[in-house]
Amino acid sequence: MPSKFLSHYAQAGEPVETSLIPGAVPETRHVTAALTRSSTGPADLRELEAGLDSLQSDAVRKTRVDWSRILLPVAALAVLVIIWQLYVSLGFKRQDLVPGPLDVLGQLGSLWADGKLQEAVWTSLQRGLVGFLISVAIATPVGLLLAQVAPLRRAFGPLISGLQVLPSVAWVPAAIIWFGLTDATVYFVVFMGAIPSIINGLISGVDQIPPQYRSVGKVLGASRLQLALQIILPAALPGYLGGLKQGWAFSWRSLMAAEIIAVGGTIGFGLGSLLDQGRVLSDMTVVMAAILLILAVGILIELLVFAPIEKRLLRRRGLLAGSTR
Amino acid sequence: MPVVLENLGKRFGDGAPVLDDVNATIGQGEFVALLGASGCGKSTLLNIMAGLEAPTSGALEVPSDGAAFMFQDAALFPWLTARENIELALKLRGVGKAERRVKAGELLDLVHLGGAGDKRPHELSGGMRQRVALARSLAQDRQLLLMDEPFAALDAITRDLLHDELERIWKETGRTIVFVTHNVREAVRLGQRVLLLSSRPGRVVREWHVSEEHRTDAGLAGQLTGEITARLREEIRRHAK
Repeated sequence: MPSKFLSHYAQAGEPVETSLIPGAVPETRHVTAALTRSSTGPADLRELEAGLDSLQSDAVRKTRVDWSRILLPVAALAVLVIIWQLYVSLGFKRQDLVPGPLDVLGQLGSLWADGKLQEAVWTSLQRGLVGFLISVAIATPVGLLLAQVAPLRRAFGPLISGLQVLPSVAWVPAAIIWFGLTDATVYFVVFMGAIPSIINGLISGVDQIPPQYRSVGKVLGASRLQLALQIILPAALPGYLGGLKQGWAFSWRSLMAAEIIAVGGTIGFGLGSLLDQGRVLSDMTVVMAAILLILAVGILIELLVFAPIEKRLLRRRGLLAGSTR
Repeated sequence: MPVVLENLGKRFGDGAPVLDDVNATIGQGEFVALLGASGCGKSTLLNIMAGLEAPTSGALEVPSDGAAFMFQDAALFPWLTARENIELALKLRGVGKAERRVKAGELLDLVHLGGAGDKRPHELSGGMRQRVALARSLAQDRQLLLMDEPFAALDAITRDLLHDELERIWKETGRTIVFVTHNVREAVRLGQRVLLLSSRPGRVVREWHVSEEHRTDAGLAGQLTGEITARLREEIRRHAK
């Protein structure tokens, strides 16, 4: 009933006298539409609101499995492998310098049969994950503190940004001198790579929080700690997650660098060590196999861990619409 | 008297005063509309009452437990559902877990959103979001409720309904409400008293009482609306030179 909505406006043209007030502009006659109660009672109001609510809310759309998400990357990969094979078949270079995809696949098979592949992947992955998780545990409180306390941020912000720019492989010689050829060296390098980038991600996430969230928090009576943990941290989560992703990438890269350079001692046999072994033996198939494995682990972690978390996070906040993900 | 403002003044840095010599008293359970053109310091005054900003001069008396606040945009936290947003307000007040659940349900029912508790803010319409925000500010359980143009961004149909809704809830809960608006019709529709704030510096220049008849009689309401509009325009015209 549209008339219900309109009935509370004074009808246009009705002579509602408003210009009788002394001091008001006398020569014009205003007809001022006014607002009065628009519903006839609580029951009517409830019904009207329910109607409006359903008109104004979107229907929930069902999501189907989108095969293009799976088929397109697989097709892209296949195209690349075919180009690779073609290049090798044309025979510009010696086969032992540029092995074909089948040679590398064969090498992967024999590495698997030796158990070397499993050992290398497991050692690296385990070290990467442990190093990354410890980095998160250190970087999160530090980042939150820096983001929330202005003097600390001004003092240490530039240093943290600088550390992020410094390639963490630069720490490898220092770490070897300090810790020798032990796992401590590897972890130290991973920390120096991951911690600054996680801190920076968290800080930039906090910087992008709408200022109103803090006002709301204050009005709701949150203490400083409650504000940090229950409002600032969840609000900064998208930026924080970006920092975590980058932190993981830095962990993984630093780990590989450390493993390639620091070989022997009590350091276990990781993917970087495998790569270095291939170089020492001048076996290009081992080198290529190691590179592909390092890449594959990176892709798998992104696809299986970060992508689902990120997607869920963004969808819950209504930030996915219109993106090309 | 829950709210007393005495010779209240506010200036930012060395600039001209935003508020100057504001005097007002607001009684228990009263609904006061604070009306003014843009830039008259309405929001600043509200922020001062909420304790978000400090006045530079004068004195004010507000309830010792502070005030609930409702912003122009709902300012709901997007990572929480409607119900969780309300529960967070209760949690920060120290309400226990089981009680939070019950209380949040009651508040959702109060704003007629009983079925939408598990939706996230982006799934709600603007009007629904504002109702959740209203429920959240009621969850704070403060006698004084400050509202900063809470319906300004809504479409006309929704706004009209929310006026009815707010009036109903005000009557049911007996809150003291200070409602900031630049909309004369809205001020007359809702306020028992309309305070007109001048611009640069902001100061209470006039006040009108709105009777119960004004809520139902369009002619009477129109007349008062016209009178207040004329006075408001006079105030704006002063700045023409």
